[in-house]
This record gives sequence, structure tokens and C-alpha cells, in this order.
Amino acid sequence: MSHNDEIDCSGMSCPLPVVKSKMKIDTMSPGEVLKIITTDPGSCKDIPAWANRVGHEMIEEAEENGKYYFLVKRGD
Amino acid sequence: MGKKMAIIAAQGSLDWAYPPFILASTAAAMDMEVKIFFTFYGLPLLKHKISAKVTPAANPAMPMKMPFGPKAFQAIDWPIPHAVSGFIPGFDSMATSLMKKQFKNKGVATVTELREMCLALGVDLIACQMTMDVFGFEEKDFIEGVNFAGAAAFLDFAAEADIQLMM
Repeated sequence: MSHNDEIDCSGMSCPLPVVKSKMKIDTMSPGEVLKIITTDPGSCKDIPAWANRVGHEMIEEAEENGKYYFLVKRGD
Repeated sequence: MGKKMAIIAAQGSLDWAYPPFILASTAAAMDMEVKIFFTFYGLPLLKHKISAKVTPAANPAMPMKMPFGPKAFQAIDWPIPHAVSGFIPGFDSMATSLMKKQFKNKGVATVTELREMCLALGVDLIACQMTMDVFGFEEKDFIEGVNFAGAAAFLDFAAEADIQLMM
């Protein structure tokens, strides 16, 4: 799945991945997809919780070589 | 309507400086309206320069670990009795710099950075007017963007808040 923008939060701990993702997605338009990369194991639950709470759609979650990847579609 | 969170921050040591700013910035990122009421020893967290320290003597469960060296070395919880550490000059400063280093190593933002994020996300930082008067703080001692109010003004917001926390 393609994405419109990307943010790399590798090496960052709570609450930075959520806060940085929020700041990034705010600059995008509704319907656009943000790719988020993290290494913080806590972000596996934090990013989906954040997206669900604010009305963004979690399209994809994956883990590869110690990194976590999320595709989040911005809500209205 | 969005959720609201009201926090009272009454502690000023380094370990207690993190929780209000971490939770407030996260809640704001989750589109909640957040106000933090800084009172008593929490008030200095609004000063231009945050000089919060941590003292092992007052925190019996605090692990004493070194944030450098081989993994096995870092895993050691140094058995320094708190009754002793409390009397060693400079011990709190050392513990403070070790905690800062440990947090930095783990990718945790500094308290100052977290505070800036809170302001950028629209968190309302309120200084308790009464405590300011008691401890001799003036408005110019605090960073830009801080609001000043008393207990009633904060409670008016807290009464409608979904989450209320005291730290």
C-alpha cells in the first residue's frame, strides 16, 4: 500500500512516537496515508490506540527486524 | 465532544516532573483538552530553566544503575544504603545526571522538550496564584504561555473533565 508521507520515530520512547505522529498527520489532508516507523515496543499498542481515539484509520501494522511499521489513514 | 483531562502537578523532583508532561502531551495528541495546575513544589517546573533533581534517599525503591558500560555492568543495581547516600554531598546531583543520561539513552525527551510539546499542542499550563505568592514567585519567573489562576478556576474545568489526576 502506498503512502503520502512518512515519519521515522526510530530510537524514540513514549510519548514521542505518538506526539510526533500527531504533529505530522496534522499537516496532511483527510484521506492521506502516513507511514510511521518506530522501535519502541510500547508503540505497538500506543499508535493504534491513538489512531482509534482521534478517528484515524489503522490500515496496516507490521514488524520487521526490530522495527515496527504502521500505515495510518487520516480521518476528517 | 472531545474528552478533557485535568492534572494537578504538585511535585517538583525530576522523577515527578515527567509524568504530567508525558500524559498531557499524549492526551493533547489524542485530541483531548488538557489543563495542568501547577501548585506547591510543582510550580518550579514552569520556570525558564528547569533544575529539578532526584534524590535516592527519599525514593527507597529507586534502582541505582549505571547508564554506560557493558550490559552486565548496566544491569547491576548498586546496593548503596539510602541512609548513607542521603549524607554524601553531591550524591543527588550524581543520581540526577545518571537518570538524565539513562533517559537520554532510551530515547526519552527531556522535561523541557516535553513541556515545549505540551505548549505546541495547546495544553494549558496554569500556575497556582496562591503558591506563587507564598513562595515569592513572579509572573516573569515563568515561561511564556503560562496562565495564572486559583483553585476555583481550575476546579471549574476539572468538574467537567473525564480524567482527573493528581501527581
